[in-house]
Amino acid sequence: MPLTAQQIEQNPKFMELVAKRRSLNWSLTVLTLIIYFGFILLIAFDPKFLGEKMGEGVMTIGMPIGLAVIVATFLIVGFYVVRANATFDVLTKQIVEESK
Amino acid sequence: MSRLKSLVPAAFSGLALSALSSSAFADAVTGAVQKQEVNVAAIVMFVGFVLITLGITYWAAKRTRSAAQFYAAGGGITGLQNGLAIAGDYMSAASFLGISGLVYTKGYDGLIYSVGFLVGWPIVMFLIAEPLRNLGKFTFADVASFRFQQAPIRVLAACGTLTVVAFYLIAQMVGAGKLIQILFGLDYWMAVVIVGALMIVYVTFGGMVATTWVQIIKAGLLLAGATFMAFMVLAHFGFSLESLFASAVEAHPKHQAIMEPGQLVSNPVGAVSLGLALMFGTAGLPHILMRFFTVANAQNARKSVFYATGFIGYFYILTFIIGFGAIALVSTNPEFLNSALLAKGKNAIEAIRGGDNMAAIHLSAAVGGEAFLGFISAVAFATILAVVSGLTLAGASAISHDLYATVLKGGKANEQDEIRASRIATVVLGIIAIYLGIAFEKANVAFMVGLAFAIAASCNFPVLLMSLIWRGMTTRGAVVGGFLGLASAVAGVVLSPTVWELVMGHPKGSAPFPYGNPALFSMTIAFVGIWLFSKLDGSARGQKDKEGFDPQFVRAETGIGAVGASSH
Repeated sequence: MPLTAQQIEQNPKFMELVAKRRSLNWSLTVLTLIIYFGFILLIAFDPKFLGEKMGEGVMTIGMPIGLAVIVATFLIVGFYVVRANATFDVLTKQIVEESK
Repeated sequence: MSRLKSLVPAAFSGLALSALSSSAFADAVTGAVQKQEVNVAAIVMFVGFVLITLGITYWAAKRTRSAAQFYAAGGGITGLQNGLAIAGDYMSAASFLGISGLVYTKGYDGLIYSVGFLVGWPIVMFLIAEPLRNLGKFTFADVASFRFQQAPIRVLAACGTLTVVAFYLIAQMVGAGKLIQILFGLDYWMAVVIVGALMIVYVTFGGMVATTWVQIIKAGLLLAGATFMAFMVLAHFGFSLESLFASAVEAHPKHQAIMEPGQLVSNPVGAVSLGLALMFGTAGLPHILMRFFTVANAQNARKSVFYATGFIGYFYILTFIIGFGAIALVSTNPEFLNSALLAKGKNAIEAIRGGDNMAAIHLSAAVGGEAFLGFISAVAFATILAVVSGLTLAGASAISHDLYATVLKGGKANEQDEIRASRIATVVLGIIAIYLGIAFEKANVAFMVGLAFAIAASCNFPVLLMSLIWRGMTTRGAVVGGFLGLASAVAGVVLSPTVWELVMGHPKGSAPFPYGNPALFSMTIAFVGIWLFSKLDGSARGQKDKEGFDPQFVRAETGIGAVGASSH
């Protein structure tokens, strides 16, 4: 007899999965928002900072910062995948087994 | 194949009629954009692409028997394939030609758009992708309506989907017509009809299987072409970014100003509003959300987002190099400039032949010669074709799966009838898209993609997100909040300076809504509306909606009871 939803919610492993996933997902969401809106607000309030030259040539500090936002987005997503594959899938499999 | 052959001429004659029905269209064809001489290499390569994709459609049509195959490719797409297909949906002609054109004219500002489009992906990953896969079957409305009264939520979701699809489609169709007119030397209406007819064939016969593979092939070609172009630009400057940028700064009339943010984002409220639309709009685009049902399980949905983010981020870095490469190599070469405009005193950036969307196209000729120009032109055409196919499939699914099968037939529709309904919907949508593409030829459609993102962020996304995370949401709250978000997003765009002044011709400074994008306000209205009207909802239905949260939550988290890959 499969367990009901309420019974599965009582499983400590389910609680662990939900707690872990919630804290990881929301902290990474907030981190993404900070990085992106930090970039946007920097552009809106202090565009000259991004236009400062880094050396003798034409290269400005805004170029590596823009590139860093793109790379950081990818790294955050990658970090989530590694964590999710390592933790969530194992827990999920156990919960599914125990709920049959 | 015989059905396929009989449909194509029928579609053509129907469209020819609608095209001739108004004398305005006759002027439109001879209008503003001057046609180019016929580009043989481009046409040969494009015909090659069409033949291959028609072959795939034929193969897919033989496998597309069930609704699961038609809407979701039977769940048999891998994470990597789906990541490429999602990236393909995202790398539209607007992204490729539009953003490289934006970099060409404004420099650094182009990067702001690319970053905005990209950061939507972590949001999709952390808040939407896995629960979506675990709860849904064919459309995002399956998820948004999971524990609610079916009919009202399905109608809301279908309105959100069809509005987003309509604006996105018009922008792509008009873009297609103009681009092909310039690239291939075809008449505008003919280009729109070819795109519409091919899209109808792909979707009607091949469903999601064909739509996905067309998108994957195109994404591969586009990534390869853009990589080669960026490589050749860098090679030209001895692989020194400093020397590429120095050369661009020297060539561009704004000089050093192209290396820093300009006027695109000057008002903080406007900047945040645009940022919200770009970021959260992605998480509400129906044709993107639909792709998550083509993989076997939540783990593959996760992989899809990872690959898609990687491809899209890489692609935007390429478009940035391509834009700067075009400043350095296209604006300095008289071959790519319109001498009449130069004579009128326009600078080299403004005088680019065919307008700034042609920057990447001219650059391909500059770095790779005629053959490569043909290749990139063909890929640009293929891009539009693949993106409109995905959009049409999403729109047709909202009509057949959400409106016909669930609302009209109360969820008891015969599977074959439902597939037939979506095929009819595809043909009708395709014909409407061609008609609108022709009708809007002269209009400024650049704002429409922004509008599509604002609506997706203000209607689809709030309802979907709140249904997943908030136990207290009720049917009434979702419907009222969702429609308020949809209406305020549309109103905000109509009353914004872009549409009110530039499109409708009111005097400058008279726009009632001062910001370019309404998302900050319309998203707030949607979320507050959902919250308030759910709180005020004391109905028995509302109680049932809240009680449904536990089964939904367990399935969203664990995938217990989720729809698996169908066996073939």
